[in-house]
Amino acid sequence: MSIKYRKNLLICSGSSCHDASNFDLMDFINVKLKEYGLDDDIQVVQSVCFNKCSIGPNMIVYPDNVEYSTITKSDIDDIIIEHLLNGRIVERLVYNDVNIISGTHKKQYRIALRNCGFIDPEAIEDYIEKDGYDALAKCLTTFTPEEVTQQIIKSGLRGRGGGGFPTGVKWDITSKSVAEQKYVVCNADEGDPGAFMDRSILEGDPHSVIEAMAICGYCIGANKGIVYIRAEYPLAIKRLKIALDQAKEYGLLGSQIFGTDFNFTIDIKYGAGAFVCGEETALIHSMEGLRGEPTLKPPFPSVSGYLKYPTNVNNVETFANIPAIINKGADWFASIGTEKSKGTKVFALAGKINNVGLIEVPMGTTLREVIYDIGGGIVDGKKFKAVQTGGPSGGCLTEKDLDLPIDFDSLTAAGSMMGSGGMIVMDEDDCMVAMAKFYLEFTVEESCGKCVPCRIGNKRLHEMLTKLCDGYGTPEDLDLLRNLSVVVKDTSLCGLGQTSPNPILSTMANFYDEYHAHVVDHKCPSGQCTSFLKYYIDEENCIGCLVCARNCPVNAIFGEKKKLHIINHEICIKCGICMERCKFDAIYIK
Amino acid sequence: MGTIKSVADLKNLRSSIQEANQKAIVENNNEKLIEINVAMATCGIASGAKEIMEFLIQELPKRNIVAKIKKTGCMGYCYAEPTLEITIPNEKPMVFGYVDIKRADEIIEKFIKKGELVDGVIPINYELAT
Repeated sequence: MSIKYRKNLLICSGSSCHDASNFDLMDFINVKLKEYGLDDDIQVVQSVCFNKCSIGPNMIVYPDNVEYSTITKSDIDDIIIEHLLNGRIVERLVYNDVNIISGTHKKQYRIALRNCGFIDPEAIEDYIEKDGYDALAKCLTTFTPEEVTQQIIKSGLRGRGGGGFPTGVKWDITSKSVAEQKYVVCNADEGDPGAFMDRSILEGDPHSVIEAMAICGYCIGANKGIVYIRAEYPLAIKRLKIALDQAKEYGLLGSQIFGTDFNFTIDIKYGAGAFVCGEETALIHSMEGLRGEPTLKPPFPSVSGYLKYPTNVNNVETFANIPAIINKGADWFASIGTEKSKGTKVFALAGKINNVGLIEVPMGTTLREVIYDIGGGIVDGKKFKAVQTGGPSGGCLTEKDLDLPIDFDSLTAAGSMMGSGGMIVMDEDDCMVAMAKFYLEFTVEESCGKCVPCRIGNKRLHEMLTKLCDGYGTPEDLDLLRNLSVVVKDTSLCGLGQTSPNPILSTMANFYDEYHAHVVDHKCPSGQCTSFLKYYIDEENCIGCLVCARNCPVNAIFGEKKKLHIINHEICIKCGICMERCKFDAIYIK
Repeated sequence: MGTIKSVADLKNLRSSIQEANQKAIVENNNEKLIEINVAMATCGIASGAKEIMEFLIQELPKRNIVAKIKKTGCMGYCYAEPTLEITIPNEKPMVFGYVDIKRADEIIEKFIKKGELVDGVIPINYELAT
């Protein structure tokens, strides 16, 4: 292969680096290279965000893999003369020797996602080539079920669906239940808004889940597995089905697996996309053909679950960790993470963040690292306001929590929760009252209606929040809102109602001033709740052209030609058309 | 395809897969194949990965490039879909984001043929548990 360019300069094109540079770095370097006569020798390439936004602008010299950070105009000459011409690294611009391309000091560590994006999910051979089904073979032929369960307990793996219950302990309890039939259930009913971890794993690496379910079956003494997956995931279902067929053809599912007397089969059941069916008792009822309603625990599914038989329910991501733990050992897994939360967690980053994506970080990584380094910071360089973790059941974390190491217990202590791993980032333009309203709208839709606090309580909470956002709230409403939230939380039957007021309580705890502003000052500080806004016409800019008046759909603008116009706020519906049409910037909102 | 009845069967299957890969290398004049992974989870497909995949399957043979094109799951770069990971033999894998037909063409002509980088490189930002 002939290589034309001796070196490449990769310039981070992330908006954060772009903002930090205040000049067009690429153009500037190109001009400089030409000055030095290097433009035929060295190429400047635009790169996607390096995830090191806090120290931008960033640049990598490739193939040397030297990374320069916080570059200014005056540094360019040094880089060209020292590095490109003389081959000496400009040490003062290299930060912590962190090298992105070569793979050291990465913030992300992939265990559950180890194969996602590397293997063809529809080819079992790809999975087998990457040590696939080794863990199952090892468990069946060299360990007793108790030994495997003990390894999972020792690894410290906790349920990734949100509960955080120790997986090994759950397996142990189910294995001790005596019954002629037991079941392994994989919970793939991912319903949190903005969460797509389980879908990605099933679409990218379905065999790891199949293998782990068989291992679980071996441990608890079950020969039947069921994947409960939402019907809204057609591609995940298709790939899972192909994977199941392939595993069956190879004899990795079926009878006498690996020549032992262990038999295991897996079926798929579809969920109709009800959020509450992610709760394990509701999920089991849905599989039985009953209404997807939760029932009180105990009895726990480990004792009496699907068709009254002991059932072990684990989440997709939990299963995806199992083969890695068996292959690499419990001690290895336990060495990653924090004291009480071991291993890694997959997060789906969404909201006002530059690098929306799927990430996997060791437990104990701080929110700041996730949002600013991996996530690339806030869109348009705006100010970070809060991050909602744990979906509609979680809470919001604010700037004071940015340096909090993320694990199950720290998030709970901070008033939020791990949940399944959705992370929605909000910036200064987001109104926290409107955010709480959005989540309540979701819970009202998704409440199964079985218990009164959740069915009616959430409805009333949502009504109160709507009243606040529409500008009719009173200070008394705030007390009522808080009291009812506590009641719904304390008296609901299942996790859905017990956690649904969390977005209200946590935003009230962190952003009480915003609630106060809505009911006392009759203002929405972030400007998102449009009912508080009024449109005005600027006396100086208005030339009296009548365009706004002609375009107003409700004829709320009055005025004569070449004279100042006035908006009648009684009639105005705040549609904003006048502002859009005015060519003289004469209309403003206050 | 034979069924796996023992641990030895699994190991044999793995070595036969590796042998098949080796054979492909021998058939390619003893040179390793260029590997191209196309991220094709729901999100990748929605942003156009399928078209890119079809383009590569059609165009590479026309331009006399032997490559192993593979669809994979999500690579995690949702913000830069569609994404490709290309491994030139004996080089580190390189990931490209925001790939459209024009950029895919550029990647073939410049990166695959000449080893020149093109815009849209995504630095790999994770470590793998392998």
